[in-house]
Amino acid sequence: MKNAFKIATLAAAIGLSGQALASLAYVSNEKDNTLSVIDTATQEVVDTIDVGARPRGILLSKDHTKLYICASDDDTVQVLDLATRKIIDTLPSGEDPEQFALHPNNRHLYIANEDDAIVTVVDVETKDVLAQIDVGVEPEGMAVSPDGKWAVNTSETSSMLHWINTETFEIEKNTVVGQRPRHVEFTKDSKIAWASAEIGGTVHIFDVDTIEEIRQIEFQIKGVPQDRVQPVGIELTSDGKYAFVALGPSNHVAVVDAQTYEVLDYLLVGARVWQLDLDKDEKFLYTTNGVSSDVSVIDVEELKVIKSIKVGRFPWGVVIDPTS
Amino acid sequence: MDLKGRLLIASVLCGWLLAPASAAALDVTIGSIHWVPDQGPVLSNVTPEPEDAGLRGAELGIADNNATGKFLNQNYALESVMASDEEGSLAALDSMLENGIDLLVTRVPADTLQAMAKRAGDKALLFNAGASDDDLRISECQPNVLNTIPSYAMLTDALAQWLSMRRWKEVFLITGPTDQDKAWADAFRRASKRFGLDIIADKPWTFDSDLRRTASKELPAFTQASDYDAVVVADVRGDFGEYVPFNTWLPRPVVGTQGMGPEAWHRVVEAWGAAQLQNRFRELAGREMNSEDYAAWAAIRSIGTTVTGLSKAGHSNIREYLFTDDFQLAAFKGRKLTYRPWNGQLRQPIPLVHPQGLVATPPLEGFLHPDSELDTLGYDRPESDCRIN
Repeated sequence: MKNAFKIATLAAAIGLSGQALASLAYVSNEKDNTLSVIDTATQEVVDTIDVGARPRGILLSKDHTKLYICASDDDTVQVLDLATRKIIDTLPSGEDPEQFALHPNNRHLYIANEDDAIVTVVDVETKDVLAQIDVGVEPEGMAVSPDGKWAVNTSETSSMLHWINTETFEIEKNTVVGQRPRHVEFTKDSKIAWASAEIGGTVHIFDVDTIEEIRQIEFQIKGVPQDRVQPVGIELTSDGKYAFVALGPSNHVAVVDAQTYEVLDYLLVGARVWQLDLDKDEKFLYTTNGVSSDVSVIDVEELKVIKSIKVGRFPWGVVIDPTS
Repeated sequence: MDLKGRLLIASVLCGWLLAPASAAALDVTIGSIHWVPDQGPVLSNVTPEPEDAGLRGAELGIADNNATGKFLNQNYALESVMASDEEGSLAALDSMLENGIDLLVTRVPADTLQAMAKRAGDKALLFNAGASDDDLRISECQPNVLNTIPSYAMLTDALAQWLSMRRWKEVFLITGPTDQDKAWADAFRRASKRFGLDIIADKPWTFDSDLRRTASKELPAFTQASDYDAVVVADVRGDFGEYVPFNTWLPRPVVGTQGMGPEAWHRVVEAWGAAQLQNRFRELAGREMNSEDYAAWAAIRSIGTTVTGLSKAGHSNIREYLFTDDFQLAAFKGRKLTYRPWNGQLRQPIPLVHPQGLVATPPLEGFLHPDSELDTLGYDRPESDCRIN
């Protein structure tokens, strides 16, 4: 029976992959329990997929065949088969998973369990829980360096980055940053890590070799009260030119020179912008705007917002499948 | 050897083994003193106020501080006393001061707080997490007292901003008989002037009948007036206010201490990560988090955030840091919270809630202030005589 099912999904996968699909963006709608699928060619929603309760963090498997979904209120990580758009499995995630990151080995999934102050490491193949690591209050952001050496977790209420050695699953260093750190992003060469602090209003740049802060970026938007400028998601272009920082309820995305760390521009997007992702050619940046329930599309070359796409209620995360 | 002796040795050994090589451990003990005078019998007694309101918030603050502190070798402990009168509160304070406790969170009436502040002098820093009296923010400030509970002025300014934004400007005010009711109503009268409301009727509540049976007969007549947009109730202890909604002469909403009104905290607040704080509190206390819990939690998190920032404790170090630009409290209200330097009040957004939902969170857009929109709520610097710094 199990084999028959496998064959059926395999057939379905082959059947669908035969078609020429446009590049697709997946958006998790926290208060609708759905994913919106956006065709990046037409920049329109082409499908809505029912998923578990309160979907927040989403990420692609390294082979781009599956999407992992933190279904926070179901206390599970769901596995969506992208070919069939069906939930095919769930992973033991610990309670209230919010964000997670996948090791380059495509097996070790690092999950921040917000209510339990732990990070759970799961092997996605065997579904074994490899480790549970005590971290600060309200673990939120999770990132694994592209070289696979470090897993970094941010704890919001403790205002710390916890640097976890991915071989021992032990914390090697804790660094205090601004209030309510939300997100960490590594450069492609794993040498620099960017961390946003939502209430602190700052982005902290870390030298990964020494794990020392080398720079702090502050933001000021004309006409916006300073305490509304709240950095959350960060996205870096692979050519090392730009960093885009979502600034929450200021409704702006900051464009930062990724070499000099100077803020170049602020782009007006939807209300309470949270997360962002670049499409496969890095021509367009997609942002989730929680309060206005839409996705803004930014033209990276022109640094202009060109479109907003209505999605479900409280869009949280966005990932674009570069191979689709 | 008896069991107790063995346990003692075991725990000593255990402590020794856990002690870090650097030996730079920082132990911070925070005192918590509660005294809530008997409110007398109230008519709306369906959901009694939890007796440990405030205390459980303090406990959660300690747990949150320790969760951070364990990575920095900082340990926090709470020593709490539930006193039964002012003398008991002062005695608890004396014994804590004697034991070297220099940081305290209090939930006591304003008079008792003043007596405690004088007694503590320069030996301790007190966080007022219970008294909303405006005098403590405009004339009776003490340099060693910070206020994490919002003042009546902050609460009523939030409500008045919202009424003004809705253009429900003509209101019918009903004020209960207690000193607190009168203080709340005074604050609302001030707020109504600031935000352009018109109190078309201002009536004291004088009934002594059992409204549970007669509200539908008494209240329509009591609230008779040619017209108004809303009825505002000032009934801090929750005596008669619950019987006003749906019993007014005109079909109008009821706001204030009952109906829809301002709170420092309420279970319906969920945005900005508040859902996580609510979950943690529920797990710890087995009930919902209220305003007193939030104020005590914010006080202890203020201490924790400061000790993390400074890597040292001591009440004078902490007090100094709390008024610098480096201090910012992330407290699940969507903005960083800071202390007003003139009167030690924690600036904060004020949720407007009804029992099952959030209506708005002032300061509302459009009410401007040159320094911080949060200072549109409560007594601003020029309006207060206090200069504690």
